[in-house]
Amino acid sequence: MIMSTANTLPTSRSTGLPASPARRWGWLWRATIWTVMGFFLLNVVFMIATVVVNSVATRWFGTPLPEGFTLSWYGRAWDDFQLAHVLVVTLEVVAATVLLSIVLGVPAAYALARAQFRGKRLAMLLILLPMMVPPVTYGIPMATAMYQIGVGGTLTGVILSNLVPALPFVILVMTPFIEQIDPGLESAARIFGANTYQYFRHVLLPLLVPGMLAAGLLVLVRTIGMFELTFFTAGPDSQTLVVALYYAVFSTGVRAPQAIDAMAMIYMAITLLWVLIALRFVSPTQLVSRVKEAPREA
Amino acid sequence: MSAASLTVAPTGDRRSWLVAPAVLVLLALFIYPFIYGVVISTQPLEGGGFWANYSHFFTTPSQWGTLWVTLKLAVPATLINVGLSVPVAFALRRNSRAQRIVTTLLVIPITLGTVLVADGMLTFYGPAGWFPQFLQGFHLYMDEVRLTHNFWGVLISLVISGFPFAFLLTLSYISGIDPTLARAAGTLGAGPWNQFRLIYLPLLVPGLSMAAALSFVQAFAVFPSAILLGAPAGPTRVISIAAYEAAFEQYDYGMASAIAIVMGFVQLLIVCAIFAFRRAFYSGPATSGKG
Repeated sequence: MIMSTANTLPTSRSTGLPASPARRWGWLWRATIWTVMGFFLLNVVFMIATVVVNSVATRWFGTPLPEGFTLSWYGRAWDDFQLAHVLVVTLEVVAATVLLSIVLGVPAAYALARAQFRGKRLAMLLILLPMMVPPVTYGIPMATAMYQIGVGGTLTGVILSNLVPALPFVILVMTPFIEQIDPGLESAARIFGANTYQYFRHVLLPLLVPGMLAAGLLVLVRTIGMFELTFFTAGPDSQTLVVALYYAVFSTGVRAPQAIDAMAMIYMAITLLWVLIALRFVSPTQLVSRVKEAPREA
Repeated sequence: MSAASLTVAPTGDRRSWLVAPAVLVLLALFIYPFIYGVVISTQPLEGGGFWANYSHFFTTPSQWGTLWVTLKLAVPATLINVGLSVPVAFALRRNSRAQRIVTTLLVIPITLGTVLVADGMLTFYGPAGWFPQFLQGFHLYMDEVRLTHNFWGVLISLVISGFPFAFLLTLSYISGIDPTLARAAGTLGAGPWNQFRLIYLPLLVPGLSMAAALSFVQAFAVFPSAILLGAPAGPTRVISIAAYEAAFEQYDYGMASAIAIVMGFVQLLIVCAIFAFRRAFYSGPATSGKG
């Protein structure tokens, strides 16, 4: 009785003859892919490990491991690069950018998700454009305009310039999120006598919180690492951590490389902490682009 | 669509005004500076008429040469990044533990950013770093290993930060393709190669051209790594360095804006070429196929 089904089973497997050359090529192909991928990942891992080891090395040149280990470079980096000030600026820039982009972006996403209006396509294009053009390209005219009106080189200028990629990002994350909230909920709340504020406060806002959290975390991670725009618009007192790191690496001959790597470690620790927090709420793909994650088949 | 137009009054929805603050901010911070840049790019510091900045750019070898230098970096980087990400994303297309681990690891170089990658690379690939030590320790390459402060340093950094980006994009497109299509082809006798060639590749072409366009634009705008890891005075003096120097070293904002506009124009040109190429050899749904 079991034997009788054996005739129908192999149809899906009939291509896989035991010693077929296709099988062997497939194996070789897979091995090649994993070798290339492994080589890439090893390079990344060891590159980061280099920074870690160098930041605690007394002297390290041309040997597999340094002569000795010390933690003194961290204190040196903290003083030399005025990291306390830099970290406060970074915190201010990131917090202001996240807050402003959420406050401005969520209502805009709501309008785009729910309302039909003339010029909607134009508004959509305006929102997409800053995501398509790389920051270096629009950053130079933008910094020029900012210096001309007097906000260039200030904290305000840095925050405003970081808003340009952050705001469209929030809108593009939030629009599909709001679209999937049932519009019937609004009608239901209205029937039960809720005014606009009550509907917003007690129905819409609680539903929006998960999306706002994800969007905020994504903007936060991207703003910490946003180099170009901050670099173009920051003055000596308004450098964020990544810009200060750039200046440190740029002046490698002047400062000890270990101190620079200690600073890089502080930058890396802050970034990775937030990436880990963000990854609890969003998929890795979302950190990179606005491409929606395809629904997965079980 | 028809349901929406029935419920929404034709005169306009009051809720649509919620988009106004964001639009105003983007007009002020993105469109106004762009128009301002276009205007000042036509008002050269030394006089000489409307197009003087542009004609200066295209007649000075140290300026137009940067276009060529940038293309020599961006085109190979795009080909490597997209070319590598297709087979790897195909191998990892199923939602598995391996996929989760690889994607999480690949997010790290992206989120750390080009400045940190450049800092790490300077030590790791530098003359006394682990990478040359490894090559010489295993007698794989005995000459002096020079991978920083030249073309190769910048190309490697473009691959390190660009490949994860291209891979994650490709993966999201490839995992959006209904796997039952390939399974159906499998029951009809198609092996993995034919499944890829006849099912996945055609459905992947729109997504892949998008990934190629975004990768190229990103590589073409290479900036901090070209300074930190390259030779910014010569072999890797890319177009963004030329624009930066004009703006922040010579304070010639008109020239800087002109270079930035040329840069944006070339990016647009290449992106259009990629999509024209796609249209030439593939016509079908504009979005990635979903079964």
